[in-house]
Amino acid sequence: MSRAAARVLPGFGLTLGYTILYLSLVVLIPLSATFLRSTELGLERFIAVVTAPRVLASLQLSFGASLLAALLNGVFGFIVAWVLVRHEFPGRKLIDALVDLPFALPTAVAGIALTALYAPNGWLGSLLEPLGIKVAFTPLGIVVALAFIGLPFVVRTLQPVLAELDRELEHAAHGLGATGWATFRLVVFPTLWPALLTGCALAFSRCVGEYGSVIFIAGNIPMVSEIAPLVIMTKLEQYEYAEATAIAVTMLLLSFTLMLAINALQLWAQRRQGVR
Amino acid sequence: MAGGSVIAQAEEQLRDGLESAAARVPGQLGRASLIGVALAYVGAFLVLPLLVVFVAALSKGAAAFLEAIQDPDAVSAILLTLTIAAVAVPLNLVFGVTAAWAISKYEFRGKGALITLIDLPFAVSPVISGLVFVLLFGAQGWFGEWLAERDLQVIFAVPGILLATVFVTFPFVARALIPLMQAQGREAEETALSLGASGWQTFCYVTLPNIRWGLLYGVLLCNARAMGEFGAVSVVSGHIRGLTNTVPLHIEILYNEYNQVGAFATASLLALLALVTLVAKTALDWRNSEGRAPQHKPVA
Repeated sequence: MSRAAARVLPGFGLTLGYTILYLSLVVLIPLSATFLRSTELGLERFIAVVTAPRVLASLQLSFGASLLAALLNGVFGFIVAWVLVRHEFPGRKLIDALVDLPFALPTAVAGIALTALYAPNGWLGSLLEPLGIKVAFTPLGIVVALAFIGLPFVVRTLQPVLAELDRELEHAAHGLGATGWATFRLVVFPTLWPALLTGCALAFSRCVGEYGSVIFIAGNIPMVSEIAPLVIMTKLEQYEYAEATAIAVTMLLLSFTLMLAINALQLWAQRRQGVR
Repeated sequence: MAGGSVIAQAEEQLRDGLESAAARVPGQLGRASLIGVALAYVGAFLVLPLLVVFVAALSKGAAAFLEAIQDPDAVSAILLTLTIAAVAVPLNLVFGVTAAWAISKYEFRGKGALITLIDLPFAVSPVISGLVFVLLFGAQGWFGEWLAERDLQVIFAVPGILLATVFVTFPFVARALIPLMQAQGREAEETALSLGASGWQTFCYVTLPNIRWGLLYGVLLCNARAMGEFGAVSVVSGHIRGLTNTVPLHIEILYNEYNQVGAFATASLLALLALVTLVAKTALDWRNSEGRAPQHKPVA
């Protein structure tokens, strides 16, 4: 019956048609054009541009710093999510709401705020300076900015899974004599880690292309603290469109591969949860 | 049977009591330190950055703050940002509702691929989102010559900023609506139609009230990004003061001129917008979890 009624609702052609048209005009055609433009360069030149030392260093930095930030959020985002779901304390709801700040705060504002905070004369920078830790205007500053950007991805992916976690299993493990740590390691963590991995991957993929929050705090020294999106920006300002396009296409290919991997990861995580 | 469940319940209570008594002493220490670590991390990465914006904005007093946000360049940047959001958000709103309707109300092949394609702009670096339109409409772009002959300017002008913003904010509304409308199914609409309502009436009086909070949620996030986008807009804007400077670009210029108070005063406006967005989003979250909670339980 519902199969027969599947097309009773009007507007299938109109809505799907408009969806595909708008999607093509705004996203698909412009992105395809970018890929086509990159072929004008020829394979040899393309490879030469992308493997130039300055470009390679920037790609390494973008991916490396994003990985570090994802790991940092993997540990501390996990603790934040755990505390928000499992414990009651004053200000919990406020902190919970604040976790989304990086989604809502414009990246340029985050950039100058983090720089002011972690600069040698800033509130936190002046505390770290005597310890010999320099954050602003070093690669460490990039990791800090990316950790800010990525935090909600990890926390928000973990929270629902943590909330659904079957407390009975923990009680059972406890009742069988397992210590708190053993219960966590052998019972809790195995159910959570697909979601943790997904959250970290989402944060990583967002951080790789991040620009606004990073450029203020990074120092932007070529070969040291210059991220890949900034190299694209610099090439554009020097009217080297073909080179900028080659780097952009390389990043797009890496990002899309990552996106497909995350989709597969999410499916797998959901299936694992369902089986449990 | 009733007696059995009472005994089981008592047993469980006893076990819980014993466990928590045994776990209390080391548990409380661990609990406090976990909460401490979480608060320190959130403090260093979320609370202090937000606080520093307002403190720096007011560091030279309220008069300097007011002067900075009443500067003609700041005012024109604010107007441009509002204009861009006023066009980009409705465009993506219409698309989001249309796409969510098509995806949630009908079965067709390639649905999963379509959803992935809608998400695509999220995987693109902001700088590349701008570059894409430079390659199409810039002086050396595919349509560059055609536009130049007709004296039309897209890149380094307002239309380019609009295009980049539409691209960057493309998935927000669709993403908020698709899971919601998929969960709601199509029974309500089918009933309305069988009672004689037209397709448009069904949409306005049945679908729209059902999705209004999800829609608002998507619009909020879409708007926050539209007003705050930096990288993509930076590529296509040309940074012409008073003409193609949006609020985030204006902040960058002031900051690079070492005008700290000006930069942070302008930034505090966007930070306020972010706070309003967060409050509204949290209110919607609570509303949703209240409405959804009873539906979730039988499944688990």
